[in-house]
Amino acid sequence: MSETPAIQMMGITKRFGKLTAVNNVDLSIKRGEVFSLLGPNGAGKTTTIKMLCCLLKPTSGSAIVLGYDINRDSEKIKQIIGVSPQETAVAEKLTTRENLNLMARIYGFSKEDARERVETLLDMTELSERSNDRVKRLSGGMKRRLNLAMALISDPDLLFLDEPTLGLDPHARRSIWKQIEAFKGKKTILLTTHYLEEADALSDHVAVIKDGKIVAHGTPHELKRDAAVMQIMVIRAQRIPEACIDELKTNYPFVKETAEGLEIRGERLVFDGIVDLIRSHGVKIEWLTMKQPSLDDVFSSLVEEEGAE
Amino acid sequence: MRTVALAGRVFKEVYRDKAGITLGIIYPAMLMVIFMLIEGHVPVDIFEPINIMPGITVFSFAFLTMFSASMLSRDREKAFLIRLLTTPLKPGEFILAYSLPYFLIALLQTVVMFITGTLFGAPAGIGYITSLLFLLPTAMICIGIGMILGSLFAESALPAPGTITIVVIAFFSGAFADFKMIGGIVRTIALILPFSHAVDGIRSILAGNPLSEVMNSLYLVVAYALLFYLLGILFFRWRTRSV
Ligand SMILES: Nc1ncnc2c1ncn2[C@@H]1O[C@H](COP(=O)(O)OP(=O)(O)OP(=O)(O)O)[C@@H](O)[C@H]1O
Ligand SMILES: [Mg+2]
Repeated sequence: MSETPAIQMMGITKRFGKLTAVNNVDLSIKRGEVFSLLGPNGAGKTTTIKMLCCLLKPTSGSAIVLGYDINRDSEKIKQIIGVSPQETAVAEKLTTRENLNLMARIYGFSKEDARERVETLLDMTELSERSNDRVKRLSGGMKRRLNLAMALISDPDLLFLDEPTLGLDPHARRSIWKQIEAFKGKKTILLTTHYLEEADALSDHVAVIKDGKIVAHGTPHELKRDAAVMQIMVIRAQRIPEACIDELKTNYPFVKETAEGLEIRGERLVFDGIVDLIRSHGVKIEWLTMKQPSLDDVFSSLVEEEGAE
Repeated sequence: MRTVALAGRVFKEVYRDKAGITLGIIYPAMLMVIFMLIEGHVPVDIFEPINIMPGITVFSFAFLTMFSASMLSRDREKAFLIRLLTTPLKPGEFILAYSLPYFLIALLQTVVMFITGTLFGAPAGIGYITSLLFLLPTAMICIGIGMILGSLFAESALPAPGTITIVVIAFFSGAFADFKMIGGIVRTIALILPFSHAVDGIRSILAGNPLSEVMNSLYLVVAYALLFYLLGILFFRWRTRSV
């Protein structure tokens, strides 16, 4: 049993009218690992999570979550998962403690068990001091922590965290990271994030999603190796004609005008070739530099490849 | 058990909303006092305690629509509903938890209105209990409308349909004016809608007439209650199917 993955997606697809939000995704998530779904706004991260926790029916395809089929066993799945939605989903007019207590009662805890569990979670998320405050008086970051605590109430084996560090200051972000790290090996966690740095710090595996499709998938280490292979050249010149840029684009997947100058990325940039090509358009190169790519550069080339006008 | 837990939360949020409670309980009660004071000076039948008390009570239920609609659309917008939908709660449990608390509020409103009316001379008696036969389905209609509006509108868009509901109930229930003297189209609409039937039914019961005299009104009000509650459930289910 422990050999089977926690989540096995099989061609899972969601369309909203003409828009394909999630396009034929096949991902496998191991038990006990932290898996990050990394992608820009509108990539389909939330939609994927919503399908996996049975809030949305897939248009086609399926997934097995902890041995249950999302299309048939939604009741079973809802018993054993915990979800921290992207929006802060708390009852504003209740106190912090009442929010947690409500969740505990919904999951069937007795009054005494609920009380104990609530105290544990208040402690864990450092909200004890504000436990009797109405939630609407908490700061955004505190609400975010409560959002996570509410997902943890039933001590689920599988956690879905949709942008768990959204809107947190660096200190609060670290403390959520520490929390997630503490669960490593004990719980399976699928989280989404916009930040590569976050995916890198926390996860065993990362999948980069863009326009509903998985465009890269591997361990953070593997993705970094890809980064090492990539080269970036930045060129500044008076005026680079469209025709020149178009020609560059046919040879290199990533060509973009930035504040620094014209940026070209690729695995093996042919220095001479590029310079000759630009000169052949009668352009005088003023300044040229090679940049060491960062992980963020890898991520941005993955998600901008097609989108770069 | 989990239904009770969620229902408790819904009740708490309504109960803690001071502006809401003022509007839904204190404001109608004060209106009633004012009308009954006027009656003391200028005797108008409709403002007699036995007449005004049923009308105002039904009118106060119009605020149940606002309470239930805004709770539902707020929970949708703030994603609290999403969170609840990821828990093992079943659809029926949701619907109960999002409607039962308002019956409790309706009971609270009734008690306050009836006590106020009694202080001004309405004849307390078994009729107060029998009136619930009309009051509960009337509350159910208002809660059903609330579930429909809450499923359809964002919280910021609610004031318009909410106010319309309150005005329609105030006007066509005959709580504040005897529409039978206006006649014509107004009277026809009032007779099609259930609210005037509820108010007249309670007036008749309080006047000591047997229930058999108002059975037709009662059937109509109950039919409306089932219809609107069912519609409320359908809209709610439709809304929660894709979040
Ligand atoms: N209920 C819906 N109806 C129609 N379109 C939707 C719906 N939900 C999402 N979409 C669309 O599906 C696409 C993917 O949305 P999704 O919320 O999954 O993105 P995301 O990766 O979570 O983005 P973000 O980082 O902004 O949260 C978007 O284009 C979005 O507009
Ligand atoms: Mg999202």
